[in-house]
Amino acid sequence: MKKQNWRKILLFGFFALFATSQALAAEEHAIDSGATAWMLTSTTLVLLMIPGLAMFYGGLVRTKNVLGTMMHSFAAMGVMTVLWISVGYSMCFGSNVLGGWIGWNPDYVFLSGIDTNILAGGVPEYVFSMFQGKFAIITPALIAGAFAERVNFKGYMIFIILWGLLVYNPLCHWVWAEDGFLFNLGANGAIDFAGGTVVHISAGVSGLVAAIYLGARRGYPKTAIEPNNLVMTMIGGGLLWVGWFGFNAGSSISSGLSTAQALTATQAAAAAGALSWMIIEGLHQGKATALGFVSGVLAGLVAVTPAAGVVQPGGAMFLGILASGVCYTFILLKNKLKYDDSLDAFGVHGIGGIVGAIFLTFFIRKSWMEEAAAMVDGGWTLMQQLGVQVSAVLIAIVYAGVLTYILLIVVSKTVGLRSSESSEMAGLDNSYHGERGYGMLNAN
Amino acid sequence: MKLITAIIRDTQLDAVREALIEADITRITVSRVSGHGQQQGTEIYRGQRVVPNLIPKTKLEIAVNDSFVDITVNTIIKAARSSSDVMGDGTVGDGKIFITPLEECIRIRTNERGSSAI
Repeated sequence: MKKQNWRKILLFGFFALFATSQALAAEEHAIDSGATAWMLTSTTLVLLMIPGLAMFYGGLVRTKNVLGTMMHSFAAMGVMTVLWISVGYSMCFGSNVLGGWIGWNPDYVFLSGIDTNILAGGVPEYVFSMFQGKFAIITPALIAGAFAERVNFKGYMIFIILWGLLVYNPLCHWVWAEDGFLFNLGANGAIDFAGGTVVHISAGVSGLVAAIYLGARRGYPKTAIEPNNLVMTMIGGGLLWVGWFGFNAGSSISSGLSTAQALTATQAAAAAGALSWMIIEGLHQGKATALGFVSGVLAGLVAVTPAAGVVQPGGAMFLGILASGVCYTFILLKNKLKYDDSLDAFGVHGIGGIVGAIFLTFFIRKSWMEEAAAMVDGGWTLMQQLGVQVSAVLIAIVYAGVLTYILLIVVSKTVGLRSSESSEMAGLDNSYHGERGYGMLNAN
Repeated sequence: MKLITAIIRDTQLDAVREALIEADITRITVSRVSGHGQQQGTEIYRGQRVVPNLIPKTKLEIAVNDSFVDITVNTIIKAARSSSDVMGDGTVGDGKIFITPLEECIRIRTNERGSSAI
């Protein structure tokens, strides 16, 4: 049975499949300590990405906003975890309710019914749930890069709570739950191995909508708004790269061949993305910047996220190169259009995610296509899969964009999201946290 | 020639800088400093109200010709005074301005001296 479902492991569905009937199946599986150990490691690695993101974003803003920006990531670790345990896991991995808009399973509320569950792959369900929960934390934290340096903390918290419940959870359910409609689109589902649509496209597009809705930072683009600490950004970028092995290779929910394939593709794409960003920037501006290098790393990693389970290293490298080229162009375009996606949440995550989710089609392993063809008794062509990928991307863009717009209006009209001019000038650190990031530079 | 040294709240730096640029005074030096003033700053640290011994401030140094002294000083006062109270009268801790005579000013590139070098 493991052999037959091998492809499904690749697509995350394996456990979601059992999630609905897990109460009955609870005692039937023995723990596979190898798989469990790797999944525990992966869970930890994905958690490490969030402080990594905090450092990456934190270094890119001005001194007066460094703590406020890092808090956007850290606070997400608190609030999204609590939400995930209370209702998030149930909404994502329960069975279809409300016409399949979300899932629901009373056993998953406060994770009360999974205490002794062991999934079919030999991994305790707690591990799977915690692993998935980390994705629910990092996604809203990514959005914060689009409206950095200009939102009030209270409004931000309310926004990510609503966004997590109404945007992330439904999308996650559609793409990764066994009965989600995108999981079942076409022959063998829309391919989203580790979160190209669910995480990166949804966060990127929501970020773009929010950046435009909230307007530019005071003084942008006339005043120079420069990073306060690129060293911290580099460290953060490094942590993200390392953590991404958990993000992608952990998404096989196993410890075996598919894990190795995903891990290799991840490294290949990150390196190719970084190298090509350096070359493009070197040719275009004469110097290869450190920030450019880590941006290329991220572009490559984002693009390979949906693809890691189905492409070989050569294809992954191509995706990395393509993502760097397209993201670089988009950032130039942003500067022309003058909207203030401050830390390029859309430029890197949105665009990189779209490039990866669509172009992975051309590099799918032969065996995956054969399997897909077998599932629909007959032919399944690349063009048909391309259609599935494009529809999944469009659905994610439209859903995340529209819902985010509505949430922005609601939050802005009630608690308020945009900082007042005086708080923005004084800085988020002083205005919302009463602290300074670099107090040690002063005599006391 | 005069040297204007202003100690202001670090939160007001942007406002002061923008106001100075608006008034065509664009040559300034800025540093982060800390010190004692009249302000009894209290802050909350780990839930306890503590009195910090040194309060962080921002220092501006601007060398100007005599005819620019008034406009520079007035611009700084207007932008740096806190308007937390209704009258806009400022609060303790808004800072101070010192004006000192400036003996000489030399532009390194050209070796120009005096007021034309400012």
